[in-house]
Amino acid sequence: MTSAQTPTHPLVTASGLSKRFAAPRRLSDLFNGQRPHIYAVDGIDLCIGKGESVGLLGESGCGKTTTGRLLLKLTEPSAGSIAFDGVAIDTLKGNDLTAFRKRAQLVFQNPFDALNPRFTIERVLAEPLVNTGVERASHRDKVEKALAQVRLPPLSRFEGLFPHQLSGGQLQRIVLARALVLEPDFIVADEPVSMLDVSVRAGVLNVMREVRATLGLAALYISHDLALVRYVCSTTLVMYLGKIVEQGPTADLLKMPLHPYTRALVNAVPVPRVDQSHEALPIIGNVSDARGQPRGCRFRDRCPMAVARCAEEEPPLRDLGQGRQVACHLA
Amino acid sequence: MADQQPVLEIRDLSVEYRTARGVVRAVDGISFSVPKGAILGLVGESGCGKTTVARSITGVLHQSARIAGGELLLHGRDLVSGPPKAWLDARWREISFVPQSAMNSLDPVYRIGSQIEEVLVHRGGKTRAEARARASALFEMVGLNPGRLDEYPHQFSGGMRQRVAIALALALNPSLVIADEPVTALDVIVQRQILDVIRDLQQRLSLSMILVTHDISVVAYLCDQVVVMYAGRVVESGSTREVLEQPRHPYTMGLTNAFPDLESAAHELVPIDGSPPDLSQPLVGCRFQPRCPFSLPVCSSDDPRTEVAETGARFACHRHAESDLLRRHSRDIATWQRPQ
Ligand SMILES: Nc1ncnc2c1ncn2[C@@H]1O[C@H](COP(=O)(O)OP(=O)(O)OP(=O)(O)O)[C@@H](O)[C@H]1O
Ligand SMILES: Nc1ncnc2c1ncn2[C@@H]1O[C@H](COP(=O)(O)OP(=O)(O)OP(=O)(O)O)[C@@H](O)[C@H]1O
Ligand code: SF4
Ligand SMILES: [Mg+2]
Ligand SMILES: [Mg+2]
Repeated sequence: MTSAQTPTHPLVTASGLSKRFAAPRRLSDLFNGQRPHIYAVDGIDLCIGKGESVGLLGESGCGKTTTGRLLLKLTEPSAGSIAFDGVAIDTLKGNDLTAFRKRAQLVFQNPFDALNPRFTIERVLAEPLVNTGVERASHRDKVEKALAQVRLPPLSRFEGLFPHQLSGGQLQRIVLARALVLEPDFIVADEPVSMLDVSVRAGVLNVMREVRATLGLAALYISHDLALVRYVCSTTLVMYLGKIVEQGPTADLLKMPLHPYTRALVNAVPVPRVDQSHEALPIIGNVSDARGQPRGCRFRDRCPMAVARCAEEEPPLRDLGQGRQVACHLA
Repeated sequence: MADQQPVLEIRDLSVEYRTARGVVRAVDGISFSVPKGAILGLVGESGCGKTTVARSITGVLHQSARIAGGELLLHGRDLVSGPPKAWLDARWREISFVPQSAMNSLDPVYRIGSQIEEVLVHRGGKTRAEARARASALFEMVGLNPGRLDEYPHQFSGGMRQRVAIALALALNPSLVIADEPVTALDVIVQRQILDVIRDLQQRLSLSMILVTHDISVVAYLCDQVVVMYAGRVVESGSTREVLEQPRHPYTMGLTNAFPDLESAAHELVPIDGSPPDLSQPLVGCRFQPRCPFSLPVCSSDDPRTEVAETGARFACHRHAESDLLRRHSRDIATWQRPQ
């Protein structure tokens, strides 16, 4: 990326990253002979520095999880390239791949199918250590440490228990602990605390900030919670149907969103007060979808500001200075 | 008056799990009721028993669980002591359920559209053609493109699958919906759209609902009443306004206090330190005592009684008479910070 934002010590860089999936054919596709595709991720660039926390926001189905999986080589891109610590990951094999797997971890979005149901909690947590050949004597300590980090009680409270015997929020923290137990350099945390109430969440997020400061952990936080992103991430990216439509320093981006989608998102954040407005949101009601690559701006059907040009020309991600970039003709 | 009868009344319900560590009493004598046409928010710390309550009502507890006592009155008839068939019938006809693990509640081998149609035909008595049209309408209702009805669950994102589960739960116009964290996985715009759909059904069809959530903003936006649980007990309940604006239990105070918003998010977030008690051990005194900044000696020895205010609000804390004072202290961050 050519922006002012490129961190001094990049850890993860992606350019022109794309992933498309074949979609079932519809009748109309048979007539015009097209092979339909879902453009889940459609040509994005990003860069995450060592020890940096970046937030990724966007509508359900816009491609966040797919982006995270691509960065961790859990799925292969249709186009584009990714480098981790200066090395292209597409050709990693053998020991190099194992080393990469140890350094870069995923916190799964859905904790209910992230863990082997036949393993006890103790085994689930020790497994990554066993697999990567960490000396056995240190396992217990590392596991206890990770449990404390995610604000769960010590291992003795989980003795003989299996994943299905835990509540949703307990399980979610086990999934996070399992990613932290290897002390990775990079994690993709896909909605890591979505099931936790604020009193527990606050404790976990404070630890995540601490881990970044003390161990230099870099992270991509995928989240629907704007307050979380505000609290933990210095930089934030906003995706809409496979594209990055806005990015910049989190505080500025949330205080003065430039893209109409980001603006709608910020305005829709509910507040914990009984007297909040129940007014309809301006962009609700339209169904968006990543099928095909339409001409022009992908947000235009729902955009309250769209002009003729928006249907003709795709707005590129433009640099507006002060680290801010936006893909909108009118910004 | 028949009209005043709650849709659901829970009386003194207790639920236990058998585990390798002994018997865990996850729900310990809770009571509350859901009036007709009301949306009730069920909140509380992770692991406090919300899902266990939700699954008890729908009769889909895990094999190792048993209802150890209490009654579940649906329109005044007890499901627990009644014939199992009555419970099963109620579950199919009147109660629908969005499980917390809704993202994996779809069958991976069938197309999503046919799974919805199946329900509409076999349980809703629709013809094939009607079912197809209704499935499209349901997709649109939750912001999904009907053009993707023929895809398989693995082709949908987590939030898209979650929305399918919500659509399925609302498909047959149930009288009571039990939804366990239904909108947690959704961005705020889609979330708002779905909350508005639920509100609309509540107003038009008098839908009643128990909404399990950890999100106080969602409670404030949608719920008429709220029940706050802590470690298997109800610690406070009442109208949403009363509970959120004048909490009387210190746990609720900490909960409403720790809420980050976009402006204040840059400040330190204040967790409630410590963890809830081990529910496989016998417990004396107030369960929140080890973490409560306001505890007195009596809190470690005696269980606080549940008091009822004139408004119908309920709360269980030895210091309930001083709640105005405690509330003032609870707003001070230092109250919750302990010397390490
Ligand atoms: N199948 C089970 N076997 C044994 N213990 C269980 C089982 N399911 C839940 N528990 C325990 O019962 C307690 C209550 O769990 P429950 O799932 O009801 O909590 P919850 O309030 O829904 O939490 P969360 O907000 O994290 O989903 C927890 O301590 C949990 O570990
Ligand atoms: N294996 C797959 N096959 C086909 N389509 C897929 C596959 N995985 C994802 N998709 C599609 O790609 C798009 C992006 O999905 P992704 O899971 O990345 O979204 P997301 O932003 O993480 O959404 P959510 O917030 O709901 O989890 C969606 O339209 C989804 O249906
Ligand atoms: S009973 Fe005592 S320990 Fe429990 S919440 Fe009230 S003051 Fe705190
Ligand atoms: Mg996702
Ligand atoms: Mg739960």
